[in-house]
Amino acid sequence: MRIGVFVCNCGTNIAGTVDTKRVASEALSFADVVYATNYMYTCSEPGQQEIQRAIGEHGLQGVVVAACSPRMHEPTFRRAVEKAGLNRYMFEMANIREHVSWIGNDREANTQKAIDLVRMAVAKLRFNNPLFSSKMPVNKRLLVIGGGVAGIQAALDCADGGMDVVMVERKQYIGGKMAKLDKTFPTIDCSSCILGPKMVDVSQKENITLYAASEIESISGYIGNFTVQIRKKATYVNWEACTGCGLCTEKCPSKKAADYFNEGLGAARAINIPFPQAIPKKAAIDAQFCRQLNGKKCGVCAKVCPVQAVDFEMKDSIVTEQVGAIIVATGYDLFDHSAYGEYGAGRYPDVISGIQYERILSASGPYGGHIRRPSDGKEPKDIVFISCVGSRDASVGRPYCSGICCMYIAKQAILTRDHLPESNSYVFYMDIRSPGKNYDEFVRRAQEEYGVQYIRGRVGKIYPRGDRMVVQGADTLLGVQVEVEADLVVLATGVESSAGAGELAEKLRISYDQYGFYMESHPKLRPVETNTAGVYLAGACQGPKDIPSSVAQGSAAASKVQSLFAHDTIETNPQVALVNERTCISCGKCIQVCPFGAIQWKELRGGIKKAEVLPTVCQGCGVCNATCPPKAIQLQHATDNQILAEVNELCA
Amino acid sequence: MERTNTLSIQQSRDNDFIREVEEASGQTVSKCYQCGNCMASCVYTFAYDYPVTQIMRLTQLGQRDTVLGSSSIWLCANCQACTTRCPQNIDVAQVMETLRVMSRKANTVSQRDIRVFYDEFLRSVKTFGRVFETGLLPVYNLRTKRPFTDFDLAPRLMWKGKLSFLPARIKKRKKIAQIFEVIKRDRFSKDGKARPEPLSSQTDI
Amino acid sequence: MKRVAYYKGCSLEGLAVEYDRSTRIVCEAFGIELVEIPDWNCCGSTPAHSYDPLLSAALAGRNLAIAADNGCDMVMTPCPGCLKSLKGAQETCEDPQQRKAFVDLVGKDVDGLKTVSLLQLLYEEVGAEALQKAVQRPLTGHVLIPYYGCLLTRPAQKARFDDPENPISMDRLIEATGATAPDFPYKTECCGATYGVTRNDFVGRLGGRILDMAARLGGEAIVVACPLCQQNLDMRQKQINKYYKSAFNLPVPYISQIIGLALGIDPKVLGLNKLCVSPRVLLEDRTQPDQEAQRVGAAVKPGPNQPGGIAGGESIQPS
Ligand SMILES: Cc1cc2nc3c(=O)[nH]c(=O)nc-3n(C[C@H](O)[C@H](O)[C@H](O)COP(=O)(O)OP(=O)(O)OC[C@H]3O[C@@H](n4cnc5c(N)ncnc54)[C@H](O)[C@@H]3O)c2cc1C
Ligand code: SF4
Ligand code: SF4
Ligand code: SF4
Ligand code: SF4
Repeated sequence: MRIGVFVCNCGTNIAGTVDTKRVASEALSFADVVYATNYMYTCSEPGQQEIQRAIGEHGLQGVVVAACSPRMHEPTFRRAVEKAGLNRYMFEMANIREHVSWIGNDREANTQKAIDLVRMAVAKLRFNNPLFSSKMPVNKRLLVIGGGVAGIQAALDCADGGMDVVMVERKQYIGGKMAKLDKTFPTIDCSSCILGPKMVDVSQKENITLYAASEIESISGYIGNFTVQIRKKATYVNWEACTGCGLCTEKCPSKKAADYFNEGLGAARAINIPFPQAIPKKAAIDAQFCRQLNGKKCGVCAKVCPVQAVDFEMKDSIVTEQVGAIIVATGYDLFDHSAYGEYGAGRYPDVISGIQYERILSASGPYGGHIRRPSDGKEPKDIVFISCVGSRDASVGRPYCSGICCMYIAKQAILTRDHLPESNSYVFYMDIRSPGKNYDEFVRRAQEEYGVQYIRGRVGKIYPRGDRMVVQGADTLLGVQVEVEADLVVLATGVESSAGAGELAEKLRISYDQYGFYMESHPKLRPVETNTAGVYLAGACQGPKDIPSSVAQGSAAASKVQSLFAHDTIETNPQVALVNERTCISCGKCIQVCPFGAIQWKELRGGIKKAEVLPTVCQGCGVCNATCPPKAIQLQHATDNQILAEVNELCA
Repeated sequence: MERTNTLSIQQSRDNDFIREVEEASGQTVSKCYQCGNCMASCVYTFAYDYPVTQIMRLTQLGQRDTVLGSSSIWLCANCQACTTRCPQNIDVAQVMETLRVMSRKANTVSQRDIRVFYDEFLRSVKTFGRVFETGLLPVYNLRTKRPFTDFDLAPRLMWKGKLSFLPARIKKRKKIAQIFEVIKRDRFSKDGKARPEPLSSQTDI
Repeated sequence: MKRVAYYKGCSLEGLAVEYDRSTRIVCEAFGIELVEIPDWNCCGSTPAHSYDPLLSAALAGRNLAIAADNGCDMVMTPCPGCLKSLKGAQETCEDPQQRKAFVDLVGKDVDGLKTVSLLQLLYEEVGAEALQKAVQRPLTGHVLIPYYGCLLTRPAQKARFDDPENPISMDRLIEATGATAPDFPYKTECCGATYGVTRNDFVGRLGGRILDMAARLGGEAIVVACPLCQQNLDMRQKQINKYYKSAFNLPVPYISQIIGLALGIDPKVLGLNKLCVSPRVLLEDRTQPDQEAQRVGAAVKPGPNQPGGIAGGESIQPS
């Protein structure tokens, strides 16, 4: 093989502590190396041309670039060598930046290490073979998991582009948290006015199939060809028939059911439609509170329903859908403030969460949009808002900033003043985080125009005195302890990952951080991709986010899907495992260990069974390769021979 | 302590002080993000010259003299409210305790009467093995020139049979005295840095 | 019979004799044998740990060592301040860097001992349910404020008992006697006892706050489990009233006294007459709400649980 080596200076990034010239000249002494040079910026246009020129001029059959991490530029160089007529797998990269120049100052040692790394890459390259990908058809249907604003945006964008969309929402309605909000910062426009039409669109678009009250049961397959099983939970109402008339709710005698939509501030009936604008506008029975389903005599709803939609015998059912891409938009949940004993651990009715206050502010909320306090229905005069409850607090395991609460507190304080001009609002804060467009101006307005009193300090304790709550805090700017007597206290409870995020991630084979937020593929350059091809992220499931960012991500994920679906076929990755049938002893160990179920039995003539890899399912993890006793199964491009060649060079 | 409203950070920062506090308390003072929860929770904030949040800040800035001379560290009752509520899991009360020990060693205790009371308390323990409540008060009153402290309580307590006039003594008093002597001998050798305490019987045990 | 080493602490020899007495009676009633640590010494309290943490550890540690020598694996002290010192000693002994110095001073290690407060012992070893069954003289109709003080459950990692912000053990025990225990927001707020002598105004301010909240909640008495809290709120209640410009008249009994009362034990035997603010109101029988409230003290027959011949029982003066 004729090999060329290109050592990159990366400006001074590498050349600063590595003698790249020497690395190149040493490389010339390695077996099969016929050409070696160093270059200022190898990844630049002229740098790539230099490689292509050398391939032609010196008849190179393989290329090694010693430069940065392959994460970023391996694809760049693979394309470059391909253009010059080489197979893209006849290329190797030695990382002498992240692994050498950036981590050591000793020029001599660095240079030596760089030489070693190049020698290893050359040794491996000598065992490389051209690999070829095959093409597979793409199923141009999209699955959106989660019907919050992010998921809705993604679904509508793709549906507008003519694609079929399947949306799975675990609640009975779509809209997510935004459906519960009153008005939205920073423009104070009404949440349901801007979200409502989008929700209606979802239900009316013919190419969107909505499964509400449903969850993902299992997912198999790969980019372009996923098979999804969806569990439709028993709602005890046949939604094909239900017209959403609401007669059942009116007559249901079980009047103390949990009112999840109003965050526990009201009471619902066992059979209900959570809110008037709900999409889908269908009734469902909360089995926990239904008399009939708990062995008592009732069945009133079934009797009054004009279309006989109520079905007490209903069971969960499973449907299967085939899709080519998945957008995960499962949003977030809110921190449960009962962890704060000093704030009453949830036992004071007039200490509520921000989302509860949204429901109080909302005209369709439990109090019809009149601000009243839950304990006695009185109009509050002094309202205290407390930021960072369950955020930026290591003592409750939530050290991160939730990003949205500073803004929604300012919004709620402004709205409070609008509703109750005589009231006083106080905000205890640690820092005000308002970096969006027009955001800081918004917070300033709360203080300057709406007279909201901001107090810089945390609150130590909240307790009742008479019929009011005493908020004992600090004003650290003055260095004094302060006390505010309040009628109502609103805790800006922080954002946490949505319940069950971990289990869903496992089904999707995507990774998540220690708090349960899904990991993007690259924090800057691949913000909506995951490390599993064909699975994308949108909204707060990836980290705390407000509506503008959630919507932007929804659209971004949609455009990723559209660019995927612009192709009729996709290329498979040839770096997968391959069985040598002659040496395979049919022990089946590889089948047992493969985490992706990519290996199956193949029957040869004469009934002999041998392992066979499904190249489209294999993710190239290499577990089978390590397990196989006769080493019959080899991961292409990382075969035993290739790895041993590297190790031998290192030990030489 | 007199408050100053200007501070030259480079000239006044004592990095050794930060290190000594961190080593002795086992707490990382840079973790404090000045949320104010400790001063919000401390029921003695009204009496402190520097609220506990500011003691933490001054410590972060290495202000040895201001911190060790503050009234706050001696008015802290070690009630644990700050520690219980610190969002950063700092054992703030432990930091305050450490500062008290350091200020005793550096002989910068700002609250003389409290120190006298503690000294007399320890002297009683060293002598008898237990505290002699009835004997402690008059000595304290004498030394702080406040002869009538708690005078009002005496008749009632006598009537209730709660005042004893003889100290309870334990048998192994020698052992207790020996513990005191060893501690006294060794307490400076551990860091060697602190200014030695004058050993006059007036201010030591 | 459960055998528990008893570290009484200096207060219970002097200003808190009734705490000692009622503790012994109640433990005996529930079959707990208290073995007073022989020749125990003062733990050194706050003055010792602000002098040198090792002094505190050594003073407290000596008592633990004696307890271990006497074959006990659990040490109980009714005083949360002492408990803090005992736990501090255990921590020092477990700290690899200080272990040697500690053992040199104390003479041995104190590994494997469990240290508890009286409240923890009663709550965990006896329990509210057993108490409820043993009640002879229900305190039904009385409103008793549970006040834990600042040290009993804090800091949580060290106390390892109940909740640091909203403890409930004493509430449950009070309720087991039939009395009502309101949700008291100052359960763990510091009462200022440390400054009883040196800063009387602190006591006025902090003690006043606690008495005020107790009175607002309709409390008839504040039940405590700490000798310092007790002295502060009871013995100094007059001083507090003067500072706070108030006229509080709230008795401050120990939890052991309240339990003893419910068990039907003679109030004098429990040392209730030793309290400065008269606890007479607690002796009213409210079990039959229609009947005129009557003094019960004398009427109560000693229940089966009442131990006989408590030392000092006869010498009690009328309150
Ligand atoms: C009190 C409060 C006020 C706010 N005010 C504003 C404001 O004024 N302006 C603003 O910009 N932002 C505001 N926000 C933030 C806003 O709520 C979020 O930015 C937005 O809701 C994020 O949308 P999302 O679609 O990512 O998540 P979500 O709204 O949480 O939607 C996620 C959806 O996914 C569903 N789901 C979850 N898990 C699964 C699963 N496993 N399977 C199927 N479905 C699943 C959920 O049921 C939900 O419907 C506020 C937040 C709060 C708490
Ligand atoms: S059967 Fe259940 S849901 Fe229907 S009316 Fe009765 S309680 Fe309500
Ligand atoms: S956004 Fe504001 S309130 Fe919310 S966690 Fe961040 S700093 Fe705290
Ligand atoms: S331990 Fe000291 S500083 Fe902390 S809250 Fe209590 S008195 Fe204040
Ligand atoms: S509570 Fe903790 S983080 Fe907050 S100011 Fe006090 S020490 Fe610092």
